[in-house]
Amino acid sequence: MLPFFVGRLTQAMAVMVAVALVAFALFTYVGDPINNMVGEQTTRADRDKLRESLGLNDPVPLQFARFVANAAVGNFGISYRLKRPVDELIAERMPATLELVLISALVSLAIGIPLGVYTAIRRHSLISRFILTASLAGVSLPTFIIGIGLIYLFAVHWGVLPSFGRGEVTSLGWWSTGLLTASGLKALILPVTTVSLFQITLILRLVRAEMLEVLRSDYIRFARARGLTNRAINFGHAFKNTLVPVITIAGLNIASLIAFSIIAETVFQWPGMGFLFIQAIEFVDIPIMAAYLVMAALVFVTINLCVDMLYFVIDPRLADDASTLPVQSR
Amino acid sequence: MSGAANDPGSAGAGAIRRLLDHDLVYSFLSSPLTVVAAVVTGVIFIATGLAPWLAPHEPFNPATLSLMDAFTVPAWMDGGTSRYILGTDDLGRDMLSTIMHGARISIIVGFSAVMLGMTLGVGLGVLSGYLGGWFEIVVMRLADIQLTIPGILVALLIDGIARGLLPREQHADLMIYVIILAIGLSDWPQFARVTRSATLVEKRLDYVAAARLTGIGPMTIMIRHILPNVMRPVLVLATVGLALAIIAEATLSFLGVGMPPTTPSLGTLIRVGGDFLYSGEWWITLFPALVLVTLVLAVNLLGDWLRDALDPKLR
Amino acid sequence: MKVWKYSGALALVLAVVFAVPAQAETVLRWSSQGDALTLDPHSQNEGPTVTMSLQMYEPLVGRDSSMKKQPALATSWSLTDPNTWQFKLRQGVAFHDGTPFTAADVVFSFQRAASDSSDFKPNTKGIVSVEAVDDFTVDIVLEMPNPLLPDQITNVFIMSKAWAEANNVVEPQDYKQQEETYAIRNANGTGPFKLELREPDIRTVLVRNDEWWGLSRDPHNIDRIEFRPISNKATRVAALLSGEIDFLLDPPLQDLKRIDGTSGLKTLRVNQMRTIFLGMDQGVAELRTSNVKGKNPFADLRVRRAMYQAIDIEAIREKVMRGLSIPAGFVVPPGVNGHTPARDARLPYDPAAAKALLADAGYPDGFSVRLDCPNNRYNNDERICQAVVGMFGAIGVDVDLDAIRKSLHFPKIENRETDFYLLGWGAPSTLDAQLTFLLLTHSKGEWNPTGYSNPKADALIEALPIELDLDKRNAKMAELWKIVQDDIVYLPLHHQVISWGMSDKLDIPIVPNNMPQFRWARLAS
Repeated sequence: MLPFFVGRLTQAMAVMVAVALVAFALFTYVGDPINNMVGEQTTRADRDKLRESLGLNDPVPLQFARFVANAAVGNFGISYRLKRPVDELIAERMPATLELVLISALVSLAIGIPLGVYTAIRRHSLISRFILTASLAGVSLPTFIIGIGLIYLFAVHWGVLPSFGRGEVTSLGWWSTGLLTASGLKALILPVTTVSLFQITLILRLVRAEMLEVLRSDYIRFARARGLTNRAINFGHAFKNTLVPVITIAGLNIASLIAFSIIAETVFQWPGMGFLFIQAIEFVDIPIMAAYLVMAALVFVTINLCVDMLYFVIDPRLADDASTLPVQSR
Repeated sequence: MSGAANDPGSAGAGAIRRLLDHDLVYSFLSSPLTVVAAVVTGVIFIATGLAPWLAPHEPFNPATLSLMDAFTVPAWMDGGTSRYILGTDDLGRDMLSTIMHGARISIIVGFSAVMLGMTLGVGLGVLSGYLGGWFEIVVMRLADIQLTIPGILVALLIDGIARGLLPREQHADLMIYVIILAIGLSDWPQFARVTRSATLVEKRLDYVAAARLTGIGPMTIMIRHILPNVMRPVLVLATVGLALAIIAEATLSFLGVGMPPTTPSLGTLIRVGGDFLYSGEWWITLFPALVLVTLVLAVNLLGDWLRDALDPKLR
Repeated sequence: MKVWKYSGALALVLAVVFAVPAQAETVLRWSSQGDALTLDPHSQNEGPTVTMSLQMYEPLVGRDSSMKKQPALATSWSLTDPNTWQFKLRQGVAFHDGTPFTAADVVFSFQRAASDSSDFKPNTKGIVSVEAVDDFTVDIVLEMPNPLLPDQITNVFIMSKAWAEANNVVEPQDYKQQEETYAIRNANGTGPFKLELREPDIRTVLVRNDEWWGLSRDPHNIDRIEFRPISNKATRVAALLSGEIDFLLDPPLQDLKRIDGTSGLKTLRVNQMRTIFLGMDQGVAELRTSNVKGKNPFADLRVRRAMYQAIDIEAIREKVMRGLSIPAGFVVPPGVNGHTPARDARLPYDPAAAKALLADAGYPDGFSVRLDCPNNRYNNDERICQAVVGMFGAIGVDVDLDAIRKSLHFPKIENRETDFYLLGWGAPSTLDAQLTFLLLTHSKGEWNPTGYSNPKADALIEALPIELDLDKRNAKMAELWKIVQDDIVYLPLHHQVISWGMSDKLDIPIVPNNMPQFRWARLAS
């Protein structure tokens, strides 16, 4: 257990250092931070003074060390565009994104897993074929088209659901939630649907593939030969054994959902981190880009680490080979 | 074996023969949906590939445009004209021609990105599978790391960095390369993984050992012997990857960080046309969207069939 | 999954419990493309920002909904000597935090607005000092006589000196501090609405100021204003069409018909005092972005005329602006002092003549140049540019379009780094063309990157401020107008028409400066 754990932790740290390097490079080499901070009329002397006071004349390793030290306590400086501390901005937007992501993850698992199991057990039934073909549409419809279409139908045409924003939010300390008001819940429906459709298809197909694999395995054949009921085989053995990859999927699913939420947030004007990030890219707002990158990487790395740990707990034999297990598709 | 290896054409031809042998053709013809998908894909590829010659209008030549023709409705509606079968957009450009050119860019970007990702991924995959050691560890850990970060995010990041580094004036001209690079680089780990594991299997087989014994260099072995044998899963990945790359490009363009309106791809057309969704000029956004969805669906269907046909495990 | 279901049900119950709206509160929900950049009233002189300030802060002299000057924090003003304007201040007014308003706040606010990091320096230009005569009288001393001073300061908002000092915001935010200042997300004015919540880019909530002095003059019935910006055009329209907002400041032009056709919604239109035009650098020896080397095609009047006559302004009006524009003969819009209707006429659209002129000037095959264009400033700005690029292409001039956001576009003009650009110019704060001529056509004009320099025009422009006889002044402006029109300094396009979309329960007058003030609003329940 310990070597495995240490190995994974080292890898996670390596990832974070690499990401921090990229983020630092963004700061240092992409655009001149001074030009982004001061007005056009600022004199050269003032610029030089500012450069000196910000430590931009120090050796690069020293600057990097300072960047890491600041990043470690969540200090990414001030947004060029919004002129506010980036950590505050991210903290403000995080609840919106996480709520969207977690609920979408639950929805796509709740729909994807049963459909995956069904299509694996009833491989040749008409319904299965239909589900599989229809699910292809799920990966073929770009997320943004789904979003626009849903707004057109549900918000404008039928006028039953809101077209943008989070609705009424309630503050629970620093966390703002849309789950406690009717308008907040209604506002979730369309974005969650938009984000989930693609994921449902992915999960369905992965669960089906895993399930088929297990059903083909020898011990299931033995079980069948022993005369166990289909029900017992399917759920008592086969499904239980697909649980491992399903955990991976669920975990990694959250990571890719964070990325997909960028699109949904743009379409639905959802005030989350993804929307902030897209605007930052458009305006080359480096502090936000760097912070988002580090934050996202941290989330991904943490999720991966947790998944690996769970793996080990469920089936220690798998630990060595964890990297060959199914990964999310993009 | 060695005789065949000396003939440069034989490895490729052999691979194709291996691909086409047994019941591949049969399974293709017995699935009507796949045939339809293949036909649709073919039609779209040909129509867009030959867009400069086939398109009824030159949508990007200002001399042939008239703003007064803007917002012409499709031909079958009241006020439509057979001159513009699918109507015109806000600048008076023929929709059909604009879509043909736009899909062309989408396909070029998708194709190039997959090629880039595939070349990089397969190259690194074969090398790390064959060489092993620290090279394999580094490459595979890199792939692991990148796989934990969703592709669209990697693409967005590369795009954002390029935007900051390139002079503004050149954005429009260089954007297509940036996007190819962004999508391609976000795509390689999958290829690398599949290729590596296939290489590991092939490496242990007798014929590779035999080839090695006859004194053939590792480069030759990798290219002539191992590569053709890992092409099956790679082909499946590439097909699915093409659909995903086309979607990724459209998404980037839709988010406003992709192809500029002066050289629009399908995603850009949908984004620009989206402004007219509620004003009654629905065709400006609907037709590009339909083409995009049809194209991706068709490619996905082909990929699905290819996976079933080439991956006996799932048959 | 069961747990989830129950928690959903629980959430619904909670929702019902908590979401009971306060009785009979009149809430106005509105949206526009972008949020105010800051709540600091002296930091950014930019439409959305000033609009937001206008709800919470007040100037000495305000404007009514017909854009006439009206007393705000000053009840009256007069010239005590040619260089001194005296303002009598309103008594019994308090800031939102309860501090009483006095002359010290006025003196402080004018100093603040004139400080280095303020964006409102042009509005305090020519002011030598602001002096408190007593608690409710202020003298503004000028360098030289300026009859338009009360117009010039209608956007200089008054802040509380005590509040600014207590919160360390004596100067507008400056980047060098590397931190957020208190005034960016907090506000303390004297105006009709108080700030309740500020989440930049997400939402801003204002509530009625029951203590506001002007309630009897502007008896609005708005209890609460919720502003949520929506950057995506289609989403913005969808929000109005679906009834999620009551007021949309900037409905896309193409959607006005649909809004008008939707029951429960209406649009308002008014001629905005802003003219959209193209500028050409006719002064440099060689254009930066052209294939013509060694000479400047724009220096040739025939080329400028050819460019002018290549523009089919009616097509732009009909297809790009959807009828919402008035073709312009020059850069002074109707309603501004100095506008001469007889001269607001255009050269005819004639591509054949344009081609002939180009050939005559030595460019039978045209030339190439880049057009710099903003994409988020004026109505359909980028589309206008795309349209004219096509029209120039039709006479053989190959124009490469670079459409970028305004924050990048304007510096190009200010720094004179552009060959060919689109700009809009208005005179909403003074309603007089003097500044337009001075800034756009004087050889040293700050917004004249065209290199146009005509000593005769310069002399006339310099004579304008000292000419106090209105008729003579207007005659001078008419003469000036003819000169710059004949020289084709600019390619005028059109005067902009603005439109607002809203619920037909909302009653609010549309104003040509495109800054809605909700103190004029009434919302039926």
